[in-house]
Amino acid sequence: MHEMSLCESILQVLEQQAEVQRYRKVKTVWLEIGALAGVEIEALRFSFDMVVLGSLAEHARLEIIEIPGQAWCLPCGCNVDVQQLYDVCPHCGSHQLQVNKGDHMRIKELEVE
Amino acid sequence: MCGICGCGEGHSHDHEHEHSHEHGPAHSHAPGLNPKRMVQIEQDILAKNNRYAATNRHYFEERGILALNLVSSPGSGKTTLLTETIARLKEEVAITVIEGDQQTARDAERIRATGVPALQINTGKGCHLDAHRVGHALESLQPKHQSVLFIENVGNLVCPSAFDLGEAHKVVILSVTEGEDKPLKYPDMFHAADLMILNKTDLLPYLDFDSEACIQFAKQVNPRIKVLSLSAKTGEGMEQWLRWLKAELELQRIAYA
Repeated sequence: MHEMSLCESILQVLEQQAEVQRYRKVKTVWLEIGALAGVEIEALRFSFDMVVLGSLAEHARLEIIEIPGQAWCLPCGCNVDVQQLYDVCPHCGSHQLQVNKGDHMRIKELEVE
Repeated sequence: MCGICGCGEGHSHDHEHEHSHEHGPAHSHAPGLNPKRMVQIEQDILAKNNRYAATNRHYFEERGILALNLVSSPGSGKTTLLTETIARLKEEVAITVIEGDQQTARDAERIRATGVPALQINTGKGCHLDAHRVGHALESLQPKHQSVLFIENVGNLVCPSAFDLGEAHKVVILSVTEGEDKPLKYPDMFHAADLMILNKTDLLPYLDFDSEACIQFAKQVNPRIKVLSLSAKTGEGMEQWLRWLKAELELQRIAYA
């Protein structure tokens, strides 16, 4: 349920940026959400609609760009794709994986007016 | 975060990250109207929490304080582990505790009964502590230099994993009554933790819990995780935990000196 506080953080950024970038309404929000970021996309959508009620982003469309997970395999010395944090290296079967992509969540861009 | 408690910006510095730029209107509009346009933001959603966490971490480093973020599901025995740890350590080391729960001050009262200062944060509907609230707790708790600060997070194996509080380590406590597959079911938390404590080992003879499999699962999610097994109730294994704590505190003190 931390998706609710993530949405509150998103709204704070939208409100803060409204002054800097001089917009009054947010129409679309593009988020990049990593597959390993621990975010439940459906819960995020649900929370977003609730949190933005009555704000400058009310009725804004949420576009989510899912970023696949990637990790550095120590034994192989190369990057491999991972779907879960407990995945093994598809080449050598090792767990010695260091996640280096897909564990972040970012606000990428906005459509505003 | 400030939106939650309604206070001012406090110790934040909100003016970085303002490197966004406009693309200008995508297509033309009549003058006087507000055209739709694109604005690039490129900002981490957790950026604000992470800035507060960095401030907290700096606070700890300046004072040689070892701050540990204790995370687990509800009922893993975090508070009992804490009271037993405090009883064994408080003559040697100054200790303070921040207690996070959705409701009640019961845990802070249990900690205060051991004679060390404790502050309760009630998160209300919130499922985790955030770095901003911890920063405010530090203002009123004023932990001593070269001391240990335990932050007992809300009992929840999911949400607290995403929120850095500025701690030196997340310590995940798993009791053997919970089942050995928890590291696989809740991988984010075990991935974020540096130490896993298997608690309530005195109950092992009555359970089918497979400790070796559990440790294997935890290392699968996080190859760097260290593991200690103990029973806060009988005291078995507590010595190793205290040695780990003292060694970690020593590292903080070396950096401080």
